[in-house]
Amino acid sequence: MELLIAIIIGVLISGGVFLILKVRTFPIVMGLTLISYAVNIFLFSMGRVKVNLPPIITQTSTAYTDPIPQALVLTAIVIGFGMSAFVIVLALRSLHELGNDHVDGKGIKQHLGDKK
Amino acid sequence: MSHISILPIIIPLFGAVAVLFSKVLNRQTQRTLSITLIFILLAVNVMNLINTIKFGYFVYQLGNWPAPFGITLVLDNLSASMVFLTSILALGALWYSIARNIDGAGEHFHVLFQLQLFGINGAFLTGDVFNLFVFFEVLLLASYALILHGNGKERTKYGLHYVIINLVGSSLFLFGVGALYGVLGTLNIADLALEVSKLAPENNGVVAAAGLLLLLVFGLKAAMFPLYLWLPGAYSKTSAPVAALFAIMTKVGIYAIIRIHGTIFGQEAGILSYYHLPWVLGFGLLTLLLGTVGVMASTRLKEQVAYLVLTSIATLLIAVGINSEEALSGALYYMFHSTIIAGGFFIFADTLSLLREEFKDNIIKTPLFKSMILSGSLYFLYAIAIAGMPPLSGFFGKLMILSGVMEKGYAWLVFTIVLFTSLCIIVSLTKSGSQIFYDSDKSTAPLRKKISMRIFYPSFYFLALSFILVVLANPISSFTDTTATMIFNVKEYIQAVEVF
Repeated sequence: MELLIAIIIGVLISGGVFLILKVRTFPIVMGLTLISYAVNIFLFSMGRVKVNLPPIITQTSTAYTDPIPQALVLTAIVIGFGMSAFVIVLALRSLHELGNDHVDGKGIKQHLGDKK
Repeated sequence: MSHISILPIIIPLFGAVAVLFSKVLNRQTQRTLSITLIFILLAVNVMNLINTIKFGYFVYQLGNWPAPFGITLVLDNLSASMVFLTSILALGALWYSIARNIDGAGEHFHVLFQLQLFGINGAFLTGDVFNLFVFFEVLLLASYALILHGNGKERTKYGLHYVIINLVGSSLFLFGVGALYGVLGTLNIADLALEVSKLAPENNGVVAAAGLLLLLVFGLKAAMFPLYLWLPGAYSKTSAPVAALFAIMTKVGIYAIIRIHGTIFGQEAGILSYYHLPWVLGFGLLTLLLGTVGVMASTRLKEQVAYLVLTSIATLLIAVGINSEEALSGALYYMFHSTIIAGGFFIFADTLSLLREEFKDNIIKTPLFKSMILSGSLYFLYAIAIAGMPPLSGFFGKLMILSGVMEKGYAWLVFTIVLFTSLCIIVSLTKSGSQIFYDSDKSTAPLRKKISMRIFYPSFYFLALSFILVVLANPISSFTDTTATMIFNVKEYIQAVEVF
């Protein structure tokens, strides 16, 4: 289980880094998303991997899983969601203002749907 | 428990909502409300500052949950003075944006401005690493929108760079925080410091790696080498009041290094004690050299000021890296000075570019323009303040930092680099000043653009603050001395936060 999670985090991060190093905004957005998935899994596993245990202590329970990483992941997911939305809108705006999806605006001008 | 210590966070948050709703009335109401809020914030911050000077630590446990279970806010000399500095800077920036009608370029300037203050104040006051992450995100999201405020191709391009690099930084922050929590089982800064002091040796590596990851993130915020490339573009292309307010944003990074690393990896941390400081010192020196090259190569005044911000950051990093009480005290004084003067310089450069019509702030030969004597004198004063020459405040800050390094073995290196770069900065500021004000093209007709005195007032305001820093140098430096002692006394911080 731990090995599987570690491999997943590694694959997500390497894919994310690869995509971020591209010069176009769409791969960068995808890369950022992959990295934020990896972060979420990493944070989640920081409370140690425990299967089928409740995050609360009751009088009958003998074992429990740490609830704090779950709360942290929830916060991170919400913030990551907001940030993704923002960066997508910004990428679209830069596409319209710079005329192409190169991060430095250096690519060839593209025709954007309604424009001539 | 005094509730006044949470007010610097509450006021801008509710203020932002109030300003948002006051949009239905008119812009004048929004402006009045926004300025009033800043004045209230200033008053609260003065009270907080007086309280901390008198009584030391104020620890606010949110919801009365005892530390380390709840979220803690810590108001001490350092955080109180930083929050106070923010509100002083915000007043000048907002004043200029209203005087020049920059807030009219978009609908929600004042709302975003208040939210930005909410994020910055929260980041200064929090005593919890994860809460710091949340406040970082708040201040970043507000800054993304502010940096893009108003339109322009260049602004969008550099804004995009700024957003992407900060999103990567946020992910790294979470990795660092996660790793710290995984090993130490807590997120409260004081409790983390306590746990690190009794850390099992086999876990040293993980905690050290997590600490350096966090250093990377704070270095990104502070624009430390090699992570500074986003700063010159983003700061010089955005609108002047936003750039002025952002003079405090890079200081948030420095503050976080002092607060988080200085506490967690402080004197009590055993083998990890101050292990991060060689990095801070080395990167600080490199940033200073490269920033100075940028200052010399700039072709526009705003770009030059952005690089000057970078050199001031580098000086602060060096002072933190020296790790003596005297240098840290000098760093705090220099932090007050450089924030105020950099903010003022951005605003002055914008005023100047108004006067020079189509030549804007390019460092080139132009025809004569109006108010040349006034703007030339202002430029002269700003230049000597930011280059660190007497009699203005930059000189005292640098003097304090350099006298703090005297006894170290590497003093020669710090002295050489700091003094050499200061000389280069003086030379390039002299060059730009003489090109803008002396070397005028008298063969063509002079420029006719006149601007009202109102627009000049914020530039005077920031200069006056620099004079106040000099006049009150003695009480302020004794305050920074006490603060530096407080920062090094990690035990006291832990005792103040932990109730048991």
